[in-house]
Amino acid sequence: MSEVSVDANKSAPNDNPSARSAEPESDNPRRKFLTIATSVIGAVGVAGIAVPFLSYWQPSDRAKAAGADVEVDISGIQVGQLIRVMWRSKPVWIVRRSPELIASLAAVESELRDPNSEVEQQPAYAQNQYRSIKEEYLVLVGICTHLGCSPQHLTDGDFAEHAEGVSEGFFCPCHGSKFDMAGRVFQGVPAPYNLVVPPYMFVDDNNIIIGSDEGAV
Amino acid sequence: MKRWIALLILLPGLAVAAGSKVALQDPNIDLTDKASLQRGAQTFMNYCLGCHQMQYQRYQRMFNDLGIPEDLGQKYLQFTGESVSDYMTNTMPAEDSAQWFGAPPPDLTLVARVRGPEWLYTYFKTFYVDESKIFGVNNLVFPNVGMPHVLEPLQGTPRLAYEEKMVDGELVMRPAGLTNDGNGRLSEDEYNDTIRDLVNFLEYTGEPTRLKSESIGRGVLIFIVIFFVFALLLKKEYWRNVK
Amino acid sequence: MTTLLAWIEARIPMMRTANVHAIQYPAPRNMNFWYVFGFLATIILVNQIITGIWLTMNYEPSAQRAFASVEYIMREVNYGWLIRYMHSTGATAFFVVIYLHMFRGMIYGSYQKPRELLWVFGMLIYLALMAEAFMGYVLPWGQMSYWGAQVIVSLFSAIPVIGGPLVEWIQGDYVISGATLNRFFALHVIALPLVIVILVFLHIIALHEVGSNNPDGVDVKHPKGSLPESEKTSYKIHEHFTNRYDYADDVVPFFPHIVLKDLVAFSIFLFIFCYIMFFAPELGGKALEHPNFEIANPLKTPEHIFPVWYFTPFYAILQAVPHKLSGVLTMFGAIAVLFVLPWLDRANVRSWRYRSGLHTANLLVFAAVFIFLGYLGGTPQEPWKLIAARIATIMYFMFFVMLFLYSKHETTKPVPKRIPR
Repeated sequence: MSEVSVDANKSAPNDNPSARSAEPESDNPRRKFLTIATSVIGAVGVAGIAVPFLSYWQPSDRAKAAGADVEVDISGIQVGQLIRVMWRSKPVWIVRRSPELIASLAAVESELRDPNSEVEQQPAYAQNQYRSIKEEYLVLVGICTHLGCSPQHLTDGDFAEHAEGVSEGFFCPCHGSKFDMAGRVFQGVPAPYNLVVPPYMFVDDNNIIIGSDEGAV
Repeated sequence: MKRWIALLILLPGLAVAAGSKVALQDPNIDLTDKASLQRGAQTFMNYCLGCHQMQYQRYQRMFNDLGIPEDLGQKYLQFTGESVSDYMTNTMPAEDSAQWFGAPPPDLTLVARVRGPEWLYTYFKTFYVDESKIFGVNNLVFPNVGMPHVLEPLQGTPRLAYEEKMVDGELVMRPAGLTNDGNGRLSEDEYNDTIRDLVNFLEYTGEPTRLKSESIGRGVLIFIVIFFVFALLLKKEYWRNVK
Repeated sequence: MTTLLAWIEARIPMMRTANVHAIQYPAPRNMNFWYVFGFLATIILVNQIITGIWLTMNYEPSAQRAFASVEYIMREVNYGWLIRYMHSTGATAFFVVIYLHMFRGMIYGSYQKPRELLWVFGMLIYLALMAEAFMGYVLPWGQMSYWGAQVIVSLFSAIPVIGGPLVEWIQGDYVISGATLNRFFALHVIALPLVIVILVFLHIIALHEVGSNNPDGVDVKHPKGSLPESEKTSYKIHEHFTNRYDYADDVVPFFPHIVLKDLVAFSIFLFIFCYIMFFAPELGGKALEHPNFEIANPLKTPEHIFPVWYFTPFYAILQAVPHKLSGVLTMFGAIAVLFVLPWLDRANVRSWRYRSGLHTANLLVFAAVFIFLGYLGGTPQEPWKLIAARIATIMYFMFFVMLFLYSKHETTKPVPKRIPR
């Protein structure tokens, strides 16, 4: 039924010099038309049957349910603390940043690859220096943009080992990529882009929903 | 209260031992009747889900398939689970229920595919009082059923009627049908409609893709006919000179 | 382009293979509708393999998860229900076309010399297919899966001395359990499909070596040099064949003539297949039995246990014999006797068109008995059925006995030298 067979189809009787048919078969327009029509319909059928087989690989209802929006109560997060929640089976970090930390974000910008978040790794409402809706709360997908490891949150000066003069940040143990406390990637590391900010919104001051933003609050 | 007695079913071939062949009745369900399915879902949630789970059926899927807005469904139909995407389960511990009922109440997601809608419909209509049983009831199509007649408040108390009959020259009492004390909230017709809707809903959960399957199927069959016509013409064209 | 093709052809002869086995393969021109079932079986085999691979992507072979994972496929995976119904309907369709294919071989004598091994390979495929289907039916882990497996595996316990230990070895446990399920899964998805594919390959190789039979049982191969040039077929037949034989105009090239015929039959088949698949996939409880929608429960046997319809003739034979070991032996004997069919039939004439009325009657009675046995084995037992099953069992074997007796001196009609026009 495939296109290939159509060619072979015509060649078989053509190879046959003493065919018994009255007319030369290659010139038979009816045969030509029917061959093409049957092949085209057959091809459509094959394409149609492929649809369920391809669709089968899409996320199932179970995967979609597991990937549903997550509501998180953030009232209990201490200043400087990072909590992890699962969203679509991925780690999502929520960090409550101190005013000092927020103030320090500007200082490292010269060392960053994309300090102004020009690459679309965040919703429009998080395209700012803090990469967040509220300065205090940073929400990030905790997966390195290099090859998918989950970076570590290094605090209390541990990060300075990897980036001189910066006391806190994210360090990926797999290949040494470094990100600041807004998830922005440093220069000279394998990760190409800033960490992803997922769509999220504040339901009220104490609760956020990760996964949906309904036009952003 | 006015007592009415209704002969619910005629059982011509009913043998002495209740539970042999009972003619099954066809509920004439209609999977395209969404209002019926919604009412059936409501009956299920109120009367069945307390003991029986549907552990393969998600609330969300049901709401979507039955045309129920998710927020309304969650408010009026979802009594268990937190998320709209949860499965329709209950919190009855299996060990306890096994002790109470002799066996854990079976999952009902697929019950319509095991029993068939006719059996289910007849089952709901043929409970009768039998004080010798633990739950005080028995059933004509499911003898010694280990389940109370939970729809009794709707149906009223059904009883097995006997008639005197001469068999081989002896006068014997034999079951002749079911009567009703008439103490139910629903009339006989209303009760029949209620369980018809319930059976319809169970049929839906047994195979939620039934309607989709048939609508795709119609298109596929038409396509095959078209292909057949062209394949036949092409075959005839090639075989024209052979014979 | 031509150079590239020639370069490839010199290293792997793809065009030659296509020519020998399809485009310039000589097929008798009188092959009727009975001759499409081999093609259909091949199509179904491909369907089973592809849908099977897809099902494996979401099926979980464990006693805890198997049933739930099938429902997961049926409800939550996109088009999972369709893929599963393609597979389950395919299993039923497979046996329908295989039984028709086998009966074709019987009525036209396609098992006779020189096609004995072709028949034997076909029987091996049938045997492997039965094992494949049985193990596949266990995988959903419903009530019929469990109790069907219980009954079938218990057959082996009839073997004296080693029976008991053998059953434990097959089960990997003292009962049918998750261990049994896992090994059946492994055999169902890889071992047996591999065996079947290899056997089908050998079946086709054997067929193309001896050539296709036809409804008249006429030999279309003539000794080399026996036909004058004017009588030779005008179609291009590959040298692979013409170097050894002469072909008259009894043959047409397999492609496109036979393929187009098969394609027409295929679309009719597909219509019936899709109708069942989309509108009645349970086939009234025959293809997917109702109790199998209930999860396996080792404590509760379903009221009636039947194998799936394609095993019921043999199941009826098993039930007919009131002795365990003899019953099992008779049942396997009913299959084994088919293997030696080519040597039981001692006639020189193939097709029933030119054989005696007795032979035709014998064949038709055999088919009726087989169907009747299938009915008996697939419905609840009743006293009259036991007697009927015994009579039918005897009649089943009588077919072979009678064939052996009358075929040697059978009065047959003269077979034409060429396919009649």
